[in-house]
Amino acid sequence: MSSETATAAQLRSFVAGRKRRTHLGFLILALVVILSIVVALTSGPISISPQRLWALARSAFDGQSSGQTSPGLARDALVLFNIRLPRIVLALLLGAALGVSGTVMQGLFRNPLADPGIVGISSGAALAAALMIVLGHHIPGVDPALMQTVALPLAAFLGGLTATLFLYGIATREGQTSVATMLLAGIALAALAMACIGLLIFISDDRQLRDITFWTLGSLGGANWQKVAVVAPIVALLLGATPLLARGMNALSLGEAAAFHLGVPVQIIKTVCIVLVALAVGVSVAVAGTIGFVGIVVPHLLRLAVGADHRTLLPMSAMAGAVLLVIADAIARTIVAPADLPIGILTALIGGPFFLWLLLRRNRNIDL
Amino acid sequence: MLQAIGWAFSNGRRARRARNMLPLALLCAACAPALAAGQQRIVSVGGSITEIIYALGAQDRIVAVDTTSLYPAEALRTKPNVGYLRQLSAEGVLSQTPTLMIAAEGAGPADTLGLLKSAGLRVMLLDEQPSARSVIDKIDEIGRLLDLQQPAQELSAKVRKEFEDLDARRKTIAKRLRVMVILGFQNGRAMAAGRKTAADAMIALAGGINAAGAMDNYKQLSDEAIIDAAPDAVVMAQRGDDDVLPASIFDQGAFKATPAAATHNLIQMNANYLLGFGPRTAQAAQDLMLRLYPAMSPAKPATKP
Repeated sequence: MSSETATAAQLRSFVAGRKRRTHLGFLILALVVILSIVVALTSGPISISPQRLWALARSAFDGQSSGQTSPGLARDALVLFNIRLPRIVLALLLGAALGVSGTVMQGLFRNPLADPGIVGISSGAALAAALMIVLGHHIPGVDPALMQTVALPLAAFLGGLTATLFLYGIATREGQTSVATMLLAGIALAALAMACIGLLIFISDDRQLRDITFWTLGSLGGANWQKVAVVAPIVALLLGATPLLARGMNALSLGEAAAFHLGVPVQIIKTVCIVLVALAVGVSVAVAGTIGFVGIVVPHLLRLAVGADHRTLLPMSAMAGAVLLVIADAIARTIVAPADLPIGILTALIGGPFFLWLLLRRNRNIDL
Repeated sequence: MLQAIGWAFSNGRRARRARNMLPLALLCAACAPALAAGQQRIVSVGGSITEIIYALGAQDRIVAVDTTSLYPAEALRTKPNVGYLRQLSAEGVLSQTPTLMIAAEGAGPADTLGLLKSAGLRVMLLDEQPSARSVIDKIDEIGRLLDLQQPAQELSAKVRKEFEDLDARRKTIAKRLRVMVILGFQNGRAMAAGRKTAADAMIALAGGINAAGAMDNYKQLSDEAIIDAAPDAVVMAQRGDDDVLPASIFDQGAFKATPAAATHNLIQMNANYLLGFGPRTAQAAQDLMLRLYPAMSPAKPATKP
């Protein structure tokens, strides 16, 4: 009797401690997000000091900037509002989308190797993009300008979505989706897509080859408010749905059968997760190319830090993913200024060693 | 920070209106002093464009170049580099406070060009075909843009004359050689230039026949394809000073069996000089021609058109 109450008390204090840690985690992450935005706003090939930033923000909000400003201030305002700000907002949105997508995929597949690419989006999108780059000029009415602004992103988005639906169709029998089949079919599809891209590379000319390379490395260089407007609703949909999915995903971590017997609509959750992730990652590939490693590093890091409860894990993944991409992009446009480094190189350069360190400092092996 | 956010909410609509009007207002403010000073600040994107601006003696107006601006070597050494011409960064270009960007057709991405134009930068895209016509037009166009019509006309007249001499000289060639241009080796296999390449145009200018003319673009050739192409001469386009050991090329299986190996006819030329299609192209074509047909006298041809 007395030992039972002792255990209950221990449990209570454990839960309370975890809650405190979670609250603290959210607070810290929120501060880091704000800090990273300020850092990103003030860094770039054109130097804009925090004081300048403040002055610009004030003059923009006052709505009477043109009168007394110096030309330097005018240029800085243009750079800040039309180039740097959309880029940062896009990085925030895509980082959040990629981070959450990674967590959702790892939770759904109950596999730490799963990342958003696993549902075939990245390979499908990359193949469609390569097809467009190499063969797009044969389509009547597609001139080079239209190709880069509309045709290429659209092709990537549709390619990613098609690949996902194809995989989903393969893995679904009698209304039940087998995540194991989807995982394996995803690997096969990725190999197939890579082979087709190899074929396209073979028949491509010098410039097309460079375009394919840059596409597969990802970049936020072409960010503008139109792209933000396209991406925002889809990312909002994903982020808005996560609180509804969190409980179901927690149950799913016990196994599909157990979750089903707990009364969780397993099949609906699977379908919703796959469709949302396909949409979010598809649109991110469409506007910025394939950006790797965010979706795999972020969930792992957070799971080690705050545990596996999806109710905290999902929103935190959004915040941490956003921070990672905003910082990586700030480095991308500063480190080789006035040129731009593809951001995929940076996320892999930061993410790879960090991930290895994470694995090394664990004192036991991970079961897949 | 929080204060600023509060501000943003309360003044949202006004702020939005201000932001929309901002670019227009800024444009005039940003351009006025530059025009008054009368000094152009040019971002030059594209190897041949940078070369032409240097040839016109206007290099002081260049504030930044791209990674393809290899000649003169001084350009990339002394000027900031805005990256590869297909992957420009809007903020990077603007950070050089340019008044004009002259770029080869195909520069981009399109979104970046859009941003640059909306920032009030004058962006000129120039045709980039591997032909004599295109080189001459480019020189004249750049002369107009830089308000250096006189020196540009002199340069383009000189280049046109060189091309005409080249044409006359080419007519004296009795038997055209089959020429293969190799851009280096990948995994031990030669990357040869097919049709639709600058190298193909160069071979034609120099009075040769492209031995790899059965294919398009730059591709790796199999051993059998090399033997089938039967080049009389192999031209190595060298990217740097290093590169492969060219002497050994005729010891390799496939090249051993070509007519070029029999005469050890290997010509090495700098890739940018050979394929750049800038103001030195006629000279490069003549160099290549003289090395292909050594019997030809380096002096000017007797018959003038």
